[in-house]
Amino acid sequence: MGQQPIVAELKGITKRFPGIVANDNISLQLRKGEIHALLGENGAGKSTLMNILFGLYQPDEGHIEIDGKPVVIDGAGKAIELRIGMVHQHFKLVKPFTVAENIILGNEPTKGIKVDIKGAGERVRQLSDQYGLKVDPHVRIEDITVGMQQRVEILKTLYRGADILIFDEPTAVLTVQEIEELIEILRALAREGKSIILITHKLKEIMAIADTCTVIRRGKVVGSVAVKDSSERQLAEMMVGRSVNFQVNKEKSKPGKAILEVNGLTVQGEHGKAVVDNVSFQIRAGEIYGIAGVDGNGQTQLVEAITGMRQASGGSVRVHGQELLGSSVRQVTEAGVSHIPEDRHKHGLVLDFSVSENMVLGNYYRAPYTRSGILNYKAMDENATKLAAEFDVRMSSIHTEARSLSGGNQQKAIIARELTRDPELIIAVQPTRGLDVGAIEFVHKQLIEARNAGKAVLLVSFELEELYGLSDRLAVIYEGRIMGQMDADEKNEEQIGLMMAGNALGSAASDTALRQGES
Amino acid sequence: MDTIGLLLNTTLVFSTALILVALGGIFSERSGVVNIGLEGLMIIGAFSSAVFTYYGHEWGLGGASAWFGVLMSIVLGAAFSLLHAVATITFKANQVIIGVVINILALGLTVYLVKSLFNGSGQTENLSGIAFTKYNVPFLSDIPLIGDALFKAYPTTYLCYLLVFVSWYALYRTRFGLRLRSVGEHPGAADTVGISVTKYRYIGVLLSGALSGLGGATISLTTTYDFSHTTISGQGFIAIAAVIFGRWHPIGAAAAALFFGFTQALRFQAGLFDWSKSIPNEFLYMLPYVLTLLVLAIAAGKSRAPAAVGEPYDPSKR
Amino acid sequence: MQAFNKIFTKQETYVPFVAIVLGLLVGAIVMWLGGYNPWEAYGAMLNKIFGSKYDFGEAIRQVTPLIFTGLAVAFAFRAGLFNIGAEGQFITGMTAATWIGINLDLPWFIHMPLAVIVGGIAGALWAGIAGWLKASRGVNEVISTIMLNWIAYYLANYMVRVVMVESGQNRSKDIQETASASMDWLVSILDNARVHWGTLVAVLCAFVFYYILWRTRQGYELRASGFNPDAAHYAGINVKGSIVKAMMISGALAGLGGAFESLGVFKSMAVMNALPGYGFDGIAVSLLGGNNPFGIIFGGLLFGFLSYGSTGMSFEADVPNEIIRIVIGAVIFFVASHGIVKWFLKPFFRKRREERKEAA
Repeated sequence: MGQQPIVAELKGITKRFPGIVANDNISLQLRKGEIHALLGENGAGKSTLMNILFGLYQPDEGHIEIDGKPVVIDGAGKAIELRIGMVHQHFKLVKPFTVAENIILGNEPTKGIKVDIKGAGERVRQLSDQYGLKVDPHVRIEDITVGMQQRVEILKTLYRGADILIFDEPTAVLTVQEIEELIEILRALAREGKSIILITHKLKEIMAIADTCTVIRRGKVVGSVAVKDSSERQLAEMMVGRSVNFQVNKEKSKPGKAILEVNGLTVQGEHGKAVVDNVSFQIRAGEIYGIAGVDGNGQTQLVEAITGMRQASGGSVRVHGQELLGSSVRQVTEAGVSHIPEDRHKHGLVLDFSVSENMVLGNYYRAPYTRSGILNYKAMDENATKLAAEFDVRMSSIHTEARSLSGGNQQKAIIARELTRDPELIIAVQPTRGLDVGAIEFVHKQLIEARNAGKAVLLVSFELEELYGLSDRLAVIYEGRIMGQMDADEKNEEQIGLMMAGNALGSAASDTALRQGES
Repeated sequence: MDTIGLLLNTTLVFSTALILVALGGIFSERSGVVNIGLEGLMIIGAFSSAVFTYYGHEWGLGGASAWFGVLMSIVLGAAFSLLHAVATITFKANQVIIGVVINILALGLTVYLVKSLFNGSGQTENLSGIAFTKYNVPFLSDIPLIGDALFKAYPTTYLCYLLVFVSWYALYRTRFGLRLRSVGEHPGAADTVGISVTKYRYIGVLLSGALSGLGGATISLTTTYDFSHTTISGQGFIAIAAVIFGRWHPIGAAAAALFFGFTQALRFQAGLFDWSKSIPNEFLYMLPYVLTLLVLAIAAGKSRAPAAVGEPYDPSKR
Repeated sequence: MQAFNKIFTKQETYVPFVAIVLGLLVGAIVMWLGGYNPWEAYGAMLNKIFGSKYDFGEAIRQVTPLIFTGLAVAFAFRAGLFNIGAEGQFITGMTAATWIGINLDLPWFIHMPLAVIVGGIAGALWAGIAGWLKASRGVNEVISTIMLNWIAYYLANYMVRVVMVESGQNRSKDIQETASASMDWLVSILDNARVHWGTLVAVLCAFVFYYILWRTRQGYELRASGFNPDAAHYAGINVKGSIVKAMMISGALAGLGGAFESLGVFKSMAVMNALPGYGFDGIAVSLLGGNNPFGIIFGGLLFGFLSYGSTGMSFEADVPNEIIRIVIGAVIFFVASHGIVKWFLKPFFRKRREERKEAA
């Protein structure tokens, strides 16, 4: 690769936001036809750096060279002009528009004053065929799969003649199968001479596809290495800054009686299609039951139906034998269910409330926090002080708004609140999303401690590593159906991958797994 | 004219202003800016047209006076909406509050100016004879019923129907429309392909000002023939309802506005029917509002507003 | 509504004061451009407010309904709702109270309180419609309350013109003497200024407002629903119920204002030519008061005084009194676009910073 010319170079980029230095003197070289991975933890500054390259932010110091010439990229328009394209993690697609309309937006071919949609469609089809993307130009974005939407994003950059393509966490929303297809597409693009920057925190993908890997930690470049001379462990240590223990330590579970029994649970979606389809499983005291699956396969709806936040159309949910389907959230809470929600800002916290007020969200109405309808702030404050100490929640005061806490401390506050309520069942959805390694370890330890104390834990996650590390039993959900379940000790990673893409367990081996699951 | 023809004709006349203002509302909301201030912008238009038609006549513009008034109502309507645009787009102020402010300011300012200009009188000089008169389209106006209903109207009414078509074409067939709608649905997507969210939102709001101004002008120049503090009383809000009712689509909104115009015509022509005489006026007056509420209650979940409407665009929160 | 949220809760306290100054400045410029003397006009305004016992009483009378509608708008806001319909709820409360005042024969210690309470309930129910539409049908409360304003307006006019009419007049019959809310002793002290018990009730309501929102479980639920309905739902709070409750409390406050306006001031109701505007002014008052119940008392005083004083401007200085609507509009404009205020102040702050640097 060494002989290929440098197409883009970032030199000494520094970007400050109030309170933090997101990028600290970062330099990076991108060569023609290479796939260059940008590795770092959440919040390390990867996305900021790429938004600078794409012209969405301006660097406070440093500059960018394209094809050896210094440039000022003062907006996406300028980046496009310099043949830089970006596939954002959250797609920048206008949902009610068609594929073709989205692709041509900002660069529309016209006939007279009329947009030439027909011509655009043909051009899109042609590009799609060239790279094997199989995209239909005239369907609406809201009607196509997430994987397809990503291809539209890729086409958007190609349509604009991009030679440098930035992919921001492109695999986060894809199935195993779609990831493989994406990898093929990326390879094809590189073969055609496109240079690709791949932002990711997944080591396996880097090993599979990247040529070079630049690691960023806390806004600084740790190093740039050739992937073929490197190892997963080496990259991980560079990313985190210390040796990493991939294994979570836990003893074998000693499950007790069934706490949660879900039978034939079905939830109807907006279009009348079942988003949770006849789901049955049970969780016993003292075990962690993991549910694997790609985001958007009914996990959210399943959890919301169990916790009473969403109406189910059929089936049964029992906790300790008590039927909870059709109960209110309050009744479910009262039955001993704690819920660490997927989206801590949307559900977990009232960001404008103080930490103290947030620490009683869900049991504010009970004594001692409320007596005969009147709030008791003293009791709330005592509770918050106690929990903050116990769970190491750091903040300037329990009276500060929850908004001002860091993500990790917000999550700790939620976990503190939910675990100390003395629940029978803990439902944790993506409990470590967006946390740094230290906080992740803390959360994992808390969940295992709860399980060791005889709680039943339902863990929903999109991160297989996390599920493998924590679960005692494991199920896979696809389009609202449980495709199969197994003991974590006997998991078959290939099979799990297939199930996540919609292939049900059919073999003899899977029957055993299922039987063991039910035992 | 026979009864039905007259009723339909009145419907057409009354709905003209509503349609124009609703079109303005569509441009603004499609670009992502809620404009509760349509009422105030109409007031500006009604005031400007009444004043400048009068002065145009004084200055010897003769038959062109009314068109001069119309032009000024468009210009000043757009100019006043600039206040909305600067506050909500550049300074990211709350769109609903600024809309309320526009309404308060417009009424205060115009009545203040009327009193200053016309020696303390609360209304402008009467424009009968200077303002628009109905124009019969040759041949077409001779068709029975249809001729009465459609082809004996004010020039502004014909202009209004032309603008419905133009708006539809602009929004759904041109580069401008595609970009404007993208800014209202997903400003982040527009921004990342190099479209200026700010520019298109300014255009959307200014168009709402221009069209509302024109809508207001049609009221002073074809219905009231002067301007006072009651000339515009709620039409801007009905236009907002028409926008929602018509699902943010020019033709849908025009249909909704026609329907509201019909209920107004009904009350205006209430004497024409035996059955309507027994209904107290107030109930006829409130009909459009009651119906809007009912329709909203039935269809609220189904109609979809532009996804980003009401939210200032802040690129750092992507 | 997120941005709305911030305006009310996060704005620096200096913004309203700067906004008032800028608003008055805008008014002065408009007067100056119109060939009037702003100095003289504002002087006339102050003279009108504080010039006599009668005028001062009347100014207080003008302030009272604004405190009620200001509290109404603010209460709904605290629960995440934008109640543009205080106007309609005010009218409904006024109509209901007037009807009770005219048609029942009761001893005064029952009649007046009953009429007031019925006015409050009527306002609550009227707002409850919008609350219910939002909770159960997802209808945006801004649109529904605008519609309800007009429906209330026409309904009230019908009631006055047909049901409660004083024959041959364009107004209703007078209420019974037993339903009057006037503070008779104070009325005579203040040379027949129409002062009434509503002023005290309004101030009391500010305290109740504070107590409900920040001291009760109910208030915790309303605030949680207002800040983050999803989190409130997650916490087991009945968010839809909170919406209806908040709207009804808000409507009750506006309705009380309407009731006192009839029972305490006019003693009858006239046929309206246009929406009277109390509710819209309430939005201004709540904005100026930072949505804080005690700030609202201050905001109500300011706007009530300005409005009352403006009549003096037209009488003494010959300035059309609509000028004060321009001032009020400008003040809200500057409060809402506090970005502009900060922009205005930037040179000032920079200068001060430089001075400090020099001093150091």
